[in-house]
Amino acid sequence: MNTLVYIDHFKGEALPASWEAVGVAKTLGTVAGLAFGAGLEALTKSAFEYGVDEILVAEDAALTDYRAELYASTLKQAFSGRNWDVLLFPTTSRGRELAAMAAIDLNSGVLVDAVTLEANGDKLTITRPTYSGKVLAKVTSASKPQIITLRGRAFPKPVPHPGESGIVTKIAAGSGALTVVEGYSTAEGGVSLTDANVIVSGGRGLSENPSLQPPTGLDAKQAEVWRAQQGFIMLKEMADLLGGAVGASRAAVDAGYVPYAMQVGQTGKLVSPNIYFACGISGAIQHLAGMRSSKLIVAINKDPDAPIFKLARYGVVGDLFQIVPALTVALQQRLAK
Amino acid sequence: MKLVACVKSTPDTIATIKVENGKPTWGEAPLVINPWDEYAVESALQLKEANGGTVTAISVGGEEARIALKHALAMGADDALQISDPALAGVDPQGVARILAAVIQKLGGVDLAFFGRQSIDNDSGTTPAQAARLLGWPALTLASVIKVDGANLRVERAIEEGRQIVSAKLPAVISLVKDIGEPRYPSFMGIRRASKAEIPTWSFSQIGIPAPAPMIEYISNEDAPVREVVCELITGANPQEIAEHLADKILGEKLL
Repeated sequence: MNTLVYIDHFKGEALPASWEAVGVAKTLGTVAGLAFGAGLEALTKSAFEYGVDEILVAEDAALTDYRAELYASTLKQAFSGRNWDVLLFPTTSRGRELAAMAAIDLNSGVLVDAVTLEANGDKLTITRPTYSGKVLAKVTSASKPQIITLRGRAFPKPVPHPGESGIVTKIAAGSGALTVVEGYSTAEGGVSLTDANVIVSGGRGLSENPSLQPPTGLDAKQAEVWRAQQGFIMLKEMADLLGGAVGASRAAVDAGYVPYAMQVGQTGKLVSPNIYFACGISGAIQHLAGMRSSKLIVAINKDPDAPIFKLARYGVVGDLFQIVPALTVALQQRLAK
Repeated sequence: MKLVACVKSTPDTIATIKVENGKPTWGEAPLVINPWDEYAVESALQLKEANGGTVTAISVGGEEARIALKHALAMGADDALQISDPALAGVDPQGVARILAAVIQKLGGVDLAFFGRQSIDNDSGTTPAQAARLLGWPALTLASVIKVDGANLRVERAIEEGRQIVSAKLPAVISLVKDIGEPRYPSFMGIRRASKAEIPTWSFSQIGIPAPAPMIEYISNEDAPVREVVCELITGANPQEIAEHLADKILGEKLL
């Protein structure tokens, strides 16, 4: 089968799930990458190293920033005079949206957020989590091309082969832009939650450190938020040590401790790191829905009956304000060896 | 301004979902408005309060769709419209996008169509972008801040890397993420009004489209495997000792 893989990137840097999609495509037959933007030389080189046989590139100043309608119409150009059996996307914010639009433009269906993919002859069947991961649905396309988005970290990232090269095919930018990108405001620096290998998350319990004395002049609510923010700084120290990201429960976000962008759970981000530390998080079902596919879950909570312990491999019943700093030191000593 | 909010009824987030006879079921758990759609209604109401106009809630589905519509009315939507037809049985999410786009077209003069980012049952998250594509309108998805100035729209979108600030002309489709602000609770008066409201229904023939053919095929459903973990509680004489035991266990997993 001929597969076209959309390489999602931000300012020329590919999101890792794009290479995972290339890895999946390799198991199906020939693979072409598809990338839009400006300054894509490094990306093109990486695409060959990760295994594409060919890359279709639309380089144009108008494509510098992702714009849904313009990108969708450029994507359609890749189908003029060429035929692709399968069109793969990483399930990123851009990948999901473009896949949805491509399905309309190409008059086919779209299978979103696959966690497994199986080929039976030319027919692909995927499983995808529904009901926030409580159900696994098996779905297939009833139309062609088969358009599928693959969940990040659900498929292995291929090993790159430095020095590989292949065919570069230029395609023209599409038309029909409906938006203007005025700029970006970046998130609080650091590793993106959805790509993180390690996540250290905090809950409502982060505000309960009795040994902290808030600055004078804060009212009770401000003092609570201040206390919690000191707690999140403590989590960030451990996350930084492990090259990870800091997350939060809905309770912590709703209480105003940290921004919504950090929320893990059913109405936040779905994450699946190698290690998930739940600190002061009781484990409401909505939170569990967002992190249950983590490989290893470690829970630190003062309440021995907290539901989070049912999902955790290792647990500590105790004061997180003592355990987390001690754990950071203990991990640091061992990793330094 | 003429505003619409597209809503759906879903099982409550705390419902226990079990697959029975190949279909997800949720026992006695109530259906509620899809939590993301509450943000869509909230956002439409805020815009109406700032600029004047009307908010119409639309839902595609049988009797259950009225739960989401009544909630939207109770929050303050001016009216509601249910799309109901026996031929809905085989319709997939892309079909729903097609129906909503046709309804928005048929209503005429709509300035903005609001959607939640995804429904918490099917979790596709494709309907807003597809409806926009079908309408030929800009899709401003994952919006966290919205500003309307005359016919101009400026939106901050929550993306992996932070926020992308995008502007466009009305009419447009917007999908909402959570940081738009907490949705209001229905007021007592709102609930009373919603309970008395007559909700009109449209069928495919009234919209003027045939039932969209399914583009994907559902083969089966199964319960997600239960994680078989036994939690090993790490203990020690003091926090340092606990931390050292825990660090050894974690590193022993070879995941770092």
